[in-house]
Amino acid sequence: MSTALTDTPLQSPNILRHWPLIALLLAAFIAVPAFAPVYVMEAILLPFLALALAGVGLNLLTGYGGQVSLGSAAFMAVGAFAAYNIQLRLALPLPVTILLSALTAAAVGLIFGLPSLRLRGFYLAVSTLAAQFFVQWALTKFGWFSNYSPSGVISSPSLTLLGYNLDGTTARYLLALSLVTLITLGVWAFTNGPLGNDLIAIRDNETAAQIIGVPVLKTKLVAFAISSAIIGVAGFLWAFTYLRTVEPAGFDHDRSFDVLFIIIIGGLATLRGAFLGAGLIVVFPLLLSRLSALAFGGMIDSGVLELVQRIILGTLIIAFLVAEPNGLAAILDRAKRRFARSI
Amino acid sequence: MDWFGFLFLIEVTIGGLLSGVMYALVAIGFVLIYKTSGVLNFAQGAMVLFAALTFVSLVEAGVPFFVALIISAAIMVALGFAIERTVLRPLANRSPMTLFMATLGLSYIIEGAAQIIWGTEVHRLDLGISNAPFQVAGVFISTFDLVAAAIAAVLVATLTAFFRWTRTGLAFRAVADDQFAALAVGLRLDRTWATVWAAAGIVALVAGLLWGARLGVQFSLSLIVLKALPVLVLGGFDSVLGAIVAGLAIGASEKLAEVYLGPFVGGGIEGWFAYVVALLVLLIRPSGLFGQKLVERF
Repeated sequence: MSTALTDTPLQSPNILRHWPLIALLLAAFIAVPAFAPVYVMEAILLPFLALALAGVGLNLLTGYGGQVSLGSAAFMAVGAFAAYNIQLRLALPLPVTILLSALTAAAVGLIFGLPSLRLRGFYLAVSTLAAQFFVQWALTKFGWFSNYSPSGVISSPSLTLLGYNLDGTTARYLLALSLVTLITLGVWAFTNGPLGNDLIAIRDNETAAQIIGVPVLKTKLVAFAISSAIIGVAGFLWAFTYLRTVEPAGFDHDRSFDVLFIIIIGGLATLRGAFLGAGLIVVFPLLLSRLSALAFGGMIDSGVLELVQRIILGTLIIAFLVAEPNGLAAILDRAKRRFARSI
Repeated sequence: MDWFGFLFLIEVTIGGLLSGVMYALVAIGFVLIYKTSGVLNFAQGAMVLFAALTFVSLVEAGVPFFVALIISAAIMVALGFAIERTVLRPLANRSPMTLFMATLGLSYIIEGAAQIIWGTEVHRLDLGISNAPFQVAGVFISTFDLVAAAIAAVLVATLTAFFRWTRTGLAFRAVADDQFAALAVGLRLDRTWATVWAAAGIVALVAGLLWGARLGVQFSLSLIVLKALPVLVLGGFDSVLGAIVAGLAIGASEKLAEVYLGPFVGGGIEGWFAYVVALLVLLIRPSGLFGQKLVERF
């Protein structure tokens, strides 16, 4: 089988093969902070990075592992609240805080992943909703989690790394971008490594995988833990770098469905898919409200607009499932091939 | 436990059982569709909302009660046929999970459309059923819940009779049993599915009226789908009997837990308690109480 675990793109000899990715990363790390307006970073790029990372995490479980989860937002909430409490009570350096909150999310994910050992398909999907409701209830009910804040809404504490304050828009953007890049590379290595192969084998045929010696139980639990940890970091990004507030209400089941929609629209079992899908989910509502303001001059009130947005989103889901089940990633691939042929 | 404590326990249990009937009512709509087409229809809650909103808006526009009922039923049947045509048929032979995600999208469309057409304000719905509780041997029972349970019973009886004694019902059972065999003997799958979705629409209308009368007709009505899911998981996705038994079990245990366990953990546990009950049972019986043994559908 593949030994790609050591073959990360940075060490790969034919580094030039990945030139579009490298160009993209250079642009994201250098050009965006230098030229992008604050609005673009705050309203588009920061939520985009957080949701894309959540999509990467869920894609690991659902796209590669075949285990559908409807509870992603719960793990986002766990990550965000864990980071808040660790920072509040232990005052550890930022990287340690993030690591510990990822581990907390992984532990919670492990608990709610236990049913996956016996359940499949819809039964599992519904049981992940248990995580969604339980976590939200616990975070609202027990004041300790939000440090007894009367409204339950906490503004997130300021971010510092090695004495530098990271509260500025650009600093937060770079923090989010670095985390997302690192974790995505890690997931890329994971899915191309032996554990990733085991996971795909289980998705495609669990019985056959078991017969050829894949440790099914262990692999499933590892997938749940890693996926939850990544989604937990995404929750940290959502609360600390984008919203700057931590509150349970922002992590309801609608957010879980959003993350699921991201990977359906973007493309299951591709890393690009999570980013493409997240881009669509973030940009599309903004675009729609701009368009309606342009076309109808603010005659449509925001309530109706939200409903229209819901209808279009639902239609998009069905359209993608019918016409392009492999999502935006497949469309991008086709476009690239056509472009390559034409030059 | 003293005598009053005992009476109170009985009262809570009966109240729980009766609200369990309401859960079962929503769950039956799911079971109908799952049995015949293998689709877990997440949009059932949205259909409940749509049906109730349609009915209440018609009544508020001055349409007589029974005419409004018939028009709403007709609209739900049309919706069922439209869904078969535009969503199910293009997705035929795709994995059950794909179809499930399509119904997620569908629920967004129906919820949005219902509120754009009929507005987002909360409507009061009065079915003319008294809400006053009456007393039997010292135990208070809600009249409304009892009538709702009776309506649910009639609905289940009608469905059972329909499945058992009509040709369409026979076709439903054949398709549920084995789609390929049903195709081979010349049954029209598409027509059967359309009919099933129409029937689920009617069930949604009944559930929507009863739930709407209880909670008011508003967006949150579509969230009862989240109440019905643990009932389905517990009872097994393909069993009407399972939906009823699980509905009763979850209704009763949820109320008992809220009253006797809730105060120790700060209350508000009805949001997740049903899921935990369902999960615990599933760990012992992975296909639910009454579901088919075959769960490996992937």
